[in-house]
Amino acid sequence: MSGRSVLTGKHFMHGDQACAEGAIAAGCRFFAGYPITPSTEIAEHLARRLPEVDGVFIQMEDELGSLAAVIGASAAGTRAMTATSGPGFSLMMENLGLAVMMEIPCVIVDIQRGSPSTGLPTMVGQSDVMQARFGSHGDYEIVAYAPWSPQETFDLTVHSFNVASRYRVPVLMMSDEVIGHMIERVVIPPEDQIPHWECKRPRHPPDGRFDPFLAEDADLVPPMAYAGEGYRVHFTGLTHDEHGYPVMSAEAHQRLVTRLVEKIRRNADQLIRTDGYYLDDARIVVIAYGCTARSARRAVWVARQRGIPVGLLRLVSIWPFPEQLVKGLASRVDTFIVAEMNLGQMIREVQRHVKQPVKGVFHAGGALIPPEPIINAICEEAVTHG
Amino acid sequence: MGKALVVSKHPLDDVIRSDRMPHIWCPGCGIGIAMRCYAQAILESGIPLDKHIIVSGIGCSGRVAGYMNLDSYHSTHGRAIPFAVGLKLANSNLTVTVFSGDGDLAAIGGNHLIHAARRNIDIKIICINNFNYGMTGGQLGPTTPHTARTTTTPYGNPELPFNLPYLLAAAGANYVSRWTTLHVRQTKQDILFTFGKPGFTFIEILSPCPVGFGKSNNIDEGLDEMEIYRERCVLADSVPMEELGIDLREERPIYIGNFVNRQQPPYKPVQLEAAE
Repeated sequence: MSGRSVLTGKHFMHGDQACAEGAIAAGCRFFAGYPITPSTEIAEHLARRLPEVDGVFIQMEDELGSLAAVIGASAAGTRAMTATSGPGFSLMMENLGLAVMMEIPCVIVDIQRGSPSTGLPTMVGQSDVMQARFGSHGDYEIVAYAPWSPQETFDLTVHSFNVASRYRVPVLMMSDEVIGHMIERVVIPPEDQIPHWECKRPRHPPDGRFDPFLAEDADLVPPMAYAGEGYRVHFTGLTHDEHGYPVMSAEAHQRLVTRLVEKIRRNADQLIRTDGYYLDDARIVVIAYGCTARSARRAVWVARQRGIPVGLLRLVSIWPFPEQLVKGLASRVDTFIVAEMNLGQMIREVQRHVKQPVKGVFHAGGALIPPEPIINAICEEAVTHG
Repeated sequence: MGKALVVSKHPLDDVIRSDRMPHIWCPGCGIGIAMRCYAQAILESGIPLDKHIIVSGIGCSGRVAGYMNLDSYHSTHGRAIPFAVGLKLANSNLTVTVFSGDGDLAAIGGNHLIHAARRNIDIKIICINNFNYGMTGGQLGPTTPHTARTTTTPYGNPELPFNLPYLLAAAGANYVSRWTTLHVRQTKQDILFTFGKPGFTFIEILSPCPVGFGKSNNIDEGLDEMEIYRERCVLADSVPMEELGIDLREERPIYIGNFVNRQQPPYKPVQLEAAE
């Protein structure tokens, strides 16, 4: 049975539902997951929706198996996703590295909750952002988006699938409990207006000489062959050559890992997304992402009413970090404030790129940071630099 | 001196990546024999090579994926089964075989093993059991017999091992067999049979690991273990499953053969009926 894959129209839905609908609109036809608050609604929604579009839903025995199954499905050429929260995200770090190494596209959604450990299962957090960057062992770069509304959750889920396919990478959707459970208007565009980026594919039919890891283009992305197509590919988590064969040498390792990292760095301009408010004449810049950016925008607006020249830089992609943009701002503003629902994670990245002292507005998680502490921080900085 | 017989093509050239030879396995290891049985079964299956997929985990047996001239996936330690589950569910036209070792499948991957069996997913498992972790140099595995010596049980193994056929039968596998690397015809024939057997199938293949397991347990050479197989293997039709445990060092039968052959329908993803 073929149901509608794109529910074109205006809806009133929560972020988790928007994520699920974004996945289906993007062509995701495989979901493997394990129930975990506050992401479970994504699995529940896809359990109902995927069979309507001839997709596969399977509830796995754990998150280790969930991501392994997603990578396996994607190896067979199906757009595939899993969704989880902190404890499950930790278990996925193993196979996240496999997806990086095998260059198999997939989307991993983390609806962040209060952590560490079991933490606050039903309450919000933003403390997995450094795990998103560095959680799996080894050197790699990662692509991660942080939506601030159900609408943006839909849009970024579609985008995440496109980036995953286009660059042969795992893509992380680092949402949070507030956005996941927030109900707002979501406008789903007509099917022909859903962006679709293709995965690069072999340029010739199988002849026994296809190299699934040979990147001949400037973007460093090699073409992908799927299981069963006849290319007789070998994919391994071991260090491998362009043909996919294991090579245990320092030279091969240097070549492979450098390309995997450069693949993201060189294409960073296409991957980075940001949003700005009142930045043009700002002397103070607040940096925030996800649910905290909503309070930050309010705080910036209130401070502007008081005549303070403050702006907001919202990180839509948290990784790669918009290094050049922040450096550019640093050359003309007095000070930065980072507001985030952890005790100081993304602030480290900001500090790396600016000479000014950076002020943090932190909370360990459990409740949205209200605008007031951000307003107070802005006012203090305005006095200091006024 | 007779004239050397020169052949330009080996019968398995199409199915084995000869450019990857020599393999990594030690003298006396049985994994190559098991791989040969798998390769021969593939050739005889009538299923196009392009539709045979191999997924493996980590360890000596996990290296088989890299030697088969198939679409081959050498996944993470313990996760070969869920990787294969995703692959099979995404393309049900493929014959997906998981070829890995007892440590990979039954210890770190044990949870996936029992749940894939419970779901009766249509994947074919070939499990090399050499009673220890070979790749890392002969440590305790989930199949190491009680009191056996390994590098991490220097005073003898205080644990009890898995009886894999019993475990898989209880978990719900559709088909469970055991052979050894001495029984190459039966092994090949059984692998061939499972290609046509719907649902979750599990073939345990006992295999010598003289360097890892044998040396510490008075089974010096691979051939010595083959001799044990020859002397003590008994084809078991009606032995209770709980009697299928193995200790190579004891003078008692090693039961081999097919133990479970159920007709349960394999897992199928939910499919909705077309609307009227």
